[in-house]
Amino acid sequence: MPDSFAPQDGFVIVAKRECHTCEMITPVMQQIDREAPLVVYMQDDPTFPSGLRNVVDDHALERSFHLGVETVPTLIRYQGGREVGRTFGWDRAEWVKLAGPAAAGEGLPAFQPGCGSKSVEPGVQEILIARYGDPGLKARAIDVGEWDDPIEACFERGWSDGLPVVPPTDERILRMLGGTERKPDEIVGLIPPNLSPCTVEKVAINAVMAGCKPEYMPVVLGVVEAALDPLFVLHGLLCTTHFSGPVVMLNGPVTKSIGMNSGVNALGQGNRANATIGRALQLIVRNVGGGLPGAIDRATLGNPGKYTFCFAEDESDPDWEPLAQRRGIAAGKNAVTLFQGEGVRGFIDQRSRTPEELVRSLALGLWGVSHPKLANVGNAILVLSPEHYQIFKDGGWNRRRIEDELHQALKRPGSELVYGAQNVAEGLPPEMAGKVIDKFQPMPDGVLIVRAGGPAGLFSAIIGGWPGQRVSAECRAVTHEIK
Amino acid sequence: MSLTTLRDPTAETSPTRRARLAPSPSTDGKVVALMDIGKRRGNEFLDRLEGHFKKAGVATRRYAKPTNTKVAPTELLQKIAAEAQLAVIALSD
Repeated sequence: MPDSFAPQDGFVIVAKRECHTCEMITPVMQQIDREAPLVVYMQDDPTFPSGLRNVVDDHALERSFHLGVETVPTLIRYQGGREVGRTFGWDRAEWVKLAGPAAAGEGLPAFQPGCGSKSVEPGVQEILIARYGDPGLKARAIDVGEWDDPIEACFERGWSDGLPVVPPTDERILRMLGGTERKPDEIVGLIPPNLSPCTVEKVAINAVMAGCKPEYMPVVLGVVEAALDPLFVLHGLLCTTHFSGPVVMLNGPVTKSIGMNSGVNALGQGNRANATIGRALQLIVRNVGGGLPGAIDRATLGNPGKYTFCFAEDESDPDWEPLAQRRGIAAGKNAVTLFQGEGVRGFIDQRSRTPEELVRSLALGLWGVSHPKLANVGNAILVLSPEHYQIFKDGGWNRRRIEDELHQALKRPGSELVYGAQNVAEGLPPEMAGKVIDKFQPMPDGVLIVRAGGPAGLFSAIIGGWPGQRVSAECRAVTHEIK
Repeated sequence: MSLTTLRDPTAETSPTRRARLAPSPSTDGKVVALMDIGKRRGNEFLDRLEGHFKKAGVATRRYAKPTNTKVAPTELLQKIAAEAQLAVIALSD
């Protein structure tokens, strides 16, 4: 783009006072100014350098942006209104080649690198693109009234889950898109219930609103793609009368690099990645898919996890086989496991000291999922806390042994479970009376064991599943690698 | 202060303007709030409406803004929302 301030034949220098090299070459700028038309764009202090005829305040960085300046000082030569050459930093030979003997800078060192332009500082580039350039975004632009609060505007348009969302402005969306190498117009999939095409850009917009950082984008994209696996039955899950919603469990190095919580209060509040990745998925379902509570979401009660439910597994013990590996993902890879789950129910056992005692006790707790007399209604997640895990570890039980023993401990005689047994109407049909009943489906889908939690507390957590899981060929938890 | 531009997070199947409630298809079993905004002769208009509603067997309740110069207080709006399902606001002068 032609620079309106630049001389037809002459020079432009872009500089900032806080750059030592810019300050050092003040005599050079003054000498060029004496001999040729010169315009200096100052990024921070237009009173510097003194004694020049044309210093233009470029605090707003508009000129720096349009000139594509990355380093200051930058010297640009114009002939006939067109740029014919540029150099940056201080390199006497280059400056003399461009501006002649006036740029020799007697007494200065022959070379000194420049400083970064303010226009390319972190976060600034996206603001400048949004302000002065073409952000290239395809989503419809919606102007908010000059005196309106953008957060309230998001509420009014129905874009919120009930909590404030971060207003999706162009610069925030561009920053979010910077977190992935995928093209903004790439279709990630069709989001139920409306089966609306969802682009990477729409994912980014909703990730902004959820409060994600750009570095979460690959995870958010991976979570969305996993949620669209037909086996996850997202459409059914979001319109069920049951409590369930997507429970997001993450494995792999990315959980550390983005600072996810798998420790103290792992299922609770306070960690940005945990909170916002789960929320982004829910906002995408709401906004792109049209899955609105009270409309197609017919949950009788729902659960607080439908705002967000996302955590990482504690992979600190090399003896432990992480959930993703158990479900077929190679070690060292990033992966997401999605489970159709309800809220967290606490499980307390402070008396068991052996694996045998603890596994029987856990089975009792797990029988409470859905109803203590119902079987194969929904599976479960068992979040094993460090202190409970230690009991298994001390007894030499690894994941596979825990699963096998738990599967055995979760069998009950049908006679205890049929309608009316224990004086409770709910239960299994009478023909099950003579059978041995498994509470859940076979492992590893029956109980997804995952390690998380703080170091103190003989507590674990049980997250009950969705009745849709009883037809496992059609609906179950899914695990996908995050690329 | 400059205009803020947001990008639509939805599938863009609805208009950009925020959705307004559709008019109620019926007044059956509903209470109609009759709101006097405090302009002159608004009460006459609402009296006439009240009479028509009464004849039609529709329950009404009267409300008034403390002053026509300011927006209705939140308490009043919450009271109307709690006690009535439909509202008519008299914009007379």
